[in-house]
Amino acid sequence: MKENKNRYLKLSGLEPLIITPESNFINVGERTNVTGSRKFLRLIKEENYAEALDVARDQVEGGAQIIDVNMDEGMLDGKHAMVTFLNLIASEPDIARLPIMIDSSKWDIIEAGLQVVQGKSVVNSISLKEGEATFIHHAKLIKRYGAAVIVMAFDEDGQADTYERRIEICKRSYNILVNQVHFPPEDIIFDPNIFPVATGMEEHRLNALDFFNATKWIKENLPYASVSGGVSNVSFSFRGNNVVREAINAAFLYHAIQHGMNMGIVNPTMLEVYDEIPKDLLEHVEDVLFDKRDDATERLLQFAETVKGQKKDDVAKVQEWRSEPLQDRITHALVKGIDAFIVEDVEEARQVVNKPIEVIEGHLMIGMNVVGDLFGSGKMFLPQVVKSARVMKKAVAYLQPYIEAEKKAPKSPKGTLHWKTADPLLYSLLKDFAKQMRNQPTEAESLLWNVLSNKQLDGFKFRRQHIIGSYIADFICLKANLIVEVDGSIHQLPENKTSDEERTKWLENEGYRVVRFTNEEVLGKLDDVLTRIKENLAVPPLEVRRQGKVLMATVKGDVHDIGKNIVSVVLGCNNYEIVDLGVMVPPEKIIETAKKENVDVIGLSGLITPSLDEMVYVSQEMEKQGFNIPLLIGGATTSRAHSAVKIAPHYSNTVVHVNDASRAVTVVGNLLQKDNKVYKEQIREEYEKFREQFLKRGKQKEYVSIEEARERKFKIDWKTTEIVKPKQLGIQDIQDFDITILEDYIDWSPFFRSWDLHGKYPDILTDNIVGKQATELFKDAKVLLQKVFDEKLLKAKAVFGLFPANTVNDDDIEVTVENQIPNTKHQFLTLRQQLKKREGVPNFALADFIAPKDTGIQDYIGCFCVTTGFGTEELAKEFEANHDDYNSIMIKALADRLAEAFAEYLHKEVRTKHWNYASEEHLTNEELIAENYKGIRPAPGYPACPDHLEKKTIWDILKVEETIGVKLTESLAMWPAASVSGYYFANPEAKYFGLGKITKDQLEDYAKRRNISKEAANKWLNPNLTN
Amino acid sequence: MADVVEEIRKRILVLDGAMGTMLQRYNFTEDDFRGSRFKDFKHPLKGNNDLLSLTQPEAIAEVHRKYFEAGADIVETNTFSGTTIGMADYHMGDLVYELNFESAKIAKQVAEEFTKANPKKPRFVAGSIGPTNRTASLSPDVNRPEYRAVTFNELRIAYKQQVEALIDGGSDILLVETIFDTLNAKAALFAIQEVKEERNIDIPVMVSGTITDASGRTLSGQTVEAFLISISHIPLLSVGFNCALGADQLQPYLKRLSHETEFYISAHPNAGLPNAFGEYDQTAKQMQQLIENYLKDGLVNIIGGCCGTTPEHIKAIAEVAANYKPRAVGSSAVENF
Repeated sequence: MKENKNRYLKLSGLEPLIITPESNFINVGERTNVTGSRKFLRLIKEENYAEALDVARDQVEGGAQIIDVNMDEGMLDGKHAMVTFLNLIASEPDIARLPIMIDSSKWDIIEAGLQVVQGKSVVNSISLKEGEATFIHHAKLIKRYGAAVIVMAFDEDGQADTYERRIEICKRSYNILVNQVHFPPEDIIFDPNIFPVATGMEEHRLNALDFFNATKWIKENLPYASVSGGVSNVSFSFRGNNVVREAINAAFLYHAIQHGMNMGIVNPTMLEVYDEIPKDLLEHVEDVLFDKRDDATERLLQFAETVKGQKKDDVAKVQEWRSEPLQDRITHALVKGIDAFIVEDVEEARQVVNKPIEVIEGHLMIGMNVVGDLFGSGKMFLPQVVKSARVMKKAVAYLQPYIEAEKKAPKSPKGTLHWKTADPLLYSLLKDFAKQMRNQPTEAESLLWNVLSNKQLDGFKFRRQHIIGSYIADFICLKANLIVEVDGSIHQLPENKTSDEERTKWLENEGYRVVRFTNEEVLGKLDDVLTRIKENLAVPPLEVRRQGKVLMATVKGDVHDIGKNIVSVVLGCNNYEIVDLGVMVPPEKIIETAKKENVDVIGLSGLITPSLDEMVYVSQEMEKQGFNIPLLIGGATTSRAHSAVKIAPHYSNTVVHVNDASRAVTVVGNLLQKDNKVYKEQIREEYEKFREQFLKRGKQKEYVSIEEARERKFKIDWKTTEIVKPKQLGIQDIQDFDITILEDYIDWSPFFRSWDLHGKYPDILTDNIVGKQATELFKDAKVLLQKVFDEKLLKAKAVFGLFPANTVNDDDIEVTVENQIPNTKHQFLTLRQQLKKREGVPNFALADFIAPKDTGIQDYIGCFCVTTGFGTEELAKEFEANHDDYNSIMIKALADRLAEAFAEYLHKEVRTKHWNYASEEHLTNEELIAENYKGIRPAPGYPACPDHLEKKTIWDILKVEETIGVKLTESLAMWPAASVSGYYFANPEAKYFGLGKITKDQLEDYAKRRNISKEAANKWLNPNLTN
Repeated sequence: MADVVEEIRKRILVLDGAMGTMLQRYNFTEDDFRGSRFKDFKHPLKGNNDLLSLTQPEAIAEVHRKYFEAGADIVETNTFSGTTIGMADYHMGDLVYELNFESAKIAKQVAEEFTKANPKKPRFVAGSIGPTNRTASLSPDVNRPEYRAVTFNELRIAYKQQVEALIDGGSDILLVETIFDTLNAKAALFAIQEVKEERNIDIPVMVSGTITDASGRTLSGQTVEAFLISISHIPLLSVGFNCALGADQLQPYLKRLSHETEFYISAHPNAGLPNAFGEYDQTAKQMQQLIENYLKDGLVNIIGGCCGTTPEHIKAIAEVAANYKPRAVGSSAVENF
């Protein structure tokens, strides 16, 4: 063995512990030991691991540098307890940073422990007790598992209790380990047995002194070895007298260290500071330790009586952070992953907010964002974040019942109106009525109230004559959402009378259970009545609805799922339902499951490079299948840039790159909250900007010249493409259309959106959050719509025409209108995309969908204007005059929907009759709305054709104003507003696109074609110009 | 036969670069992955790179050849996921022995060709032992932090099978790499010790951890020093880091490692950090310069590349490594060989 200064005992948890001769005494935490701590034993027996971990954490915070874990107790499955507890410690980074001491007298428990610690731990202990063979076998395995070892001074003949026996056994053990097993000597720690002093027995008088001397011998004669011991044992005979015990412990420890003991099991809270031991007590103690007098023990015992029971200052550590402000405490708990106080802190927070949900959105999210930031900057690492998530979950679980109750419990109409509260209009009326009823109860009610009031029934609080919506419940337990009604005495305002059945149904819809008794039952069989109420109280409240459902999958061809699993668990912790499809999931399965499970978010993960393309593919599929839910992208190779540049453009809904698990909660929370429009738009904008920047950053120019763009136009093969000559060329108009036909063509989703209710119709009607409100709104809309239909309050008119047309000069469409004065030729001017695109991707203009004149092929185009707006203004004014803003807005929203429906309807008529290129078409309303038909009807002012001036051309061609009265304002808006105008393109390859930005050269070219000044062109097209 | 332990005293040894990056260039289809042998296999096989040793052995040999031509002293076998645990996702647990054996054999044959052609520069095969896709010290289920998806014993048994096949196939070295959970690595080392003892053989072992992020820790949370302490209980040829980071980000951790250990030091960083599209665009020249900083500081004994590196990178690295002396190792650490 070479001399090597570097032979130090090195241990590790998540962090290293290197013990050099210069190191201070290494303190081993001892309280996670079932043989030494009754509390810990009880916690383990009760499987209260959360508190058991607190015991470990307390030791860490109390300064322990190694954690001793012992599960040797007859009544325990020691192996199971050891593995479970060590695994739990592994997920507590603030504890796991320390090395573990696996403490057991049973080898199988030790080995089980060694198999679950990643760091270099210490085995406590082995000895020659069972002979050399076993000793060697165990030592070899310990070496192979990569642990240090404590060797007890114990051999076949028993425990060493003298100086000589101690050195004899330690020397023998050392030689076997170092020479036969090749155990590194620095990994050997001797425990030369600390025995109690002052026991009164003669043979124990040298217990401390022999230990000191043996320690000294070991340090001098067995190179690199350490010495350790269980210190508290020395004061065992003074248990119950903490003052003396702590003094003995401290004095013993002090001298043992002087003699070379460099580590030991000490309860830091059972230790006096050596210098602070009162001189007289110290003298008595040291007399005993060093066996200085024959009567040393006697004297200490006597002295002990005088100090017994002296109350020491409570040294229980004040946890300073507990006195910080509320938000700091919550943040601290989340960052540190401490769940002990989170419930009380959350309760405190709940008291100060208006709605319990605000605690989650405010206090807790603020904390989680700190966690996310720390994680993102490498100051926290994964296991800690997972722990934070657990605390979060506990907090959310505590708040959940309040949030549910908040949704259901009626509230006074103070502050903002809430749609689930008592009907605000009726509230004051009902309140008086309820009060009156409370003062005039029937006999049966009085009797029942007698037994229900003051939480008499199993502690459930009941209220009486409580207002729910427009009803008054006789008795209600809000916590259990249970209503008790007594027959015949249901008090209703006469104008609100509805049948019992209807009321029950309404209440049940609201989440209440209703149980009903007759007067006779209450008066005659009160016991039975109470039993039934109890039974109903025992039924668990309606299932707490999950926050949302998230589908998680590692994409096809990829088997990496660690990150995905972490995101899943963190989201799971935050009450999201996770549908985890595992690894190598084909896109079809993702799509199919997402549909079947009706998930709210899809999360895709992947680590290898080809997975990126898979993700792109899935996003395209989602778009094709009309998905309308956010898509999360994560995994090592993914990036925000990739998500923004490669994925987001393929998918109309939100695409978010989530780079770590802690962010996932915030992101998904924001995406799924009711008012997510702003958030989603923010992301979209951010990604678009990012995309633009990213593309700009590329080596190529961002935009191509208009010439080049024209060269890269979308090329339809005019020889083979389908061109149908319209059945009826020319202009037609509809003056008094039967508006009731349009009801089936209404796309209701935008209607709800106009009321800030987000969701797809008809699902929105049953949506958990906005469903109720949407349903009511929808009902009101239908009522007004019926009124409009019945009383013919709105007039629908349309004008449209189909004409021979050809593209000329690349971007213009020449339209021939027969017999029109003054001229028969008109030109639609289209604008062309100029963004530099990948090879093979064309730069579109609408003109590309019409055959160029030089092909010699006659093509056709249509244009139209529809309106349902006549009458809207009058109606709205009428409502306003009656202070009915609600219906004033409603009629406008409805007229808009009807105009869109009319455009949809007319387009269908044109396709299937007037132009008749799609006579075979049979589409449902949903398919129509999804635009699953051949041909397009782009409108000036929208992405494919942002040029509003085109409306003028349409007006000229169709004589719109003269024919149906729709005017163009100065800024070229249509009046009445509920009007739609646009073109018809019939080519099967025609599709919608967004123009994007154009450059100066096209602007100048356009100005010439339009025959307007550059300034005027600039004004109209400004939003689409670069820079 | 020349001995790697002898060679490492003389010079800086060059390890090969990425296998996956090279295989991607072949654009193998599902059918290519299957070959004729697994034509009717029930489960998708595309992406199972280890399988290519059986179905496209020529491609694997070609990649090894290119790296040797570039100047590598050591190539890694194509067995990164070759355990019953790693193969479970492909339902190919039964093939593990064969995969490892054949992979080692392919690499060994190519190595011998090159050694024969130039006996002054003997070439070696390192049996690649990956981390598997499970973690022994982290729970995948946050609600059950005590739960483990894989146990030490399961890992030990799986690794043992891989180790035996790698040795049988002719590996000169065992390389436990891309360690993100130290407990997994400890199980691999345990298995290696078992095999060594049972067969009464010795074989050099390289250990290479992975620092996953800015925290400077392994995925399982250990610092560089704690990681080193946790795997230093068996004699190692070298300890080092690979993957996750580029050469420049890795340097501070290598310095810390170098400061703390007397094992030889290895490094096979990625070709920089991946760009937004998961591609590595650090050029051979750029990487060469960064690696030269290691060499100037005398940090390494074995140097190579991980994700994104190609024969061009290795060639550049080999060229510059030839100009420098290996890191000096104090004393006893490798005496056992």
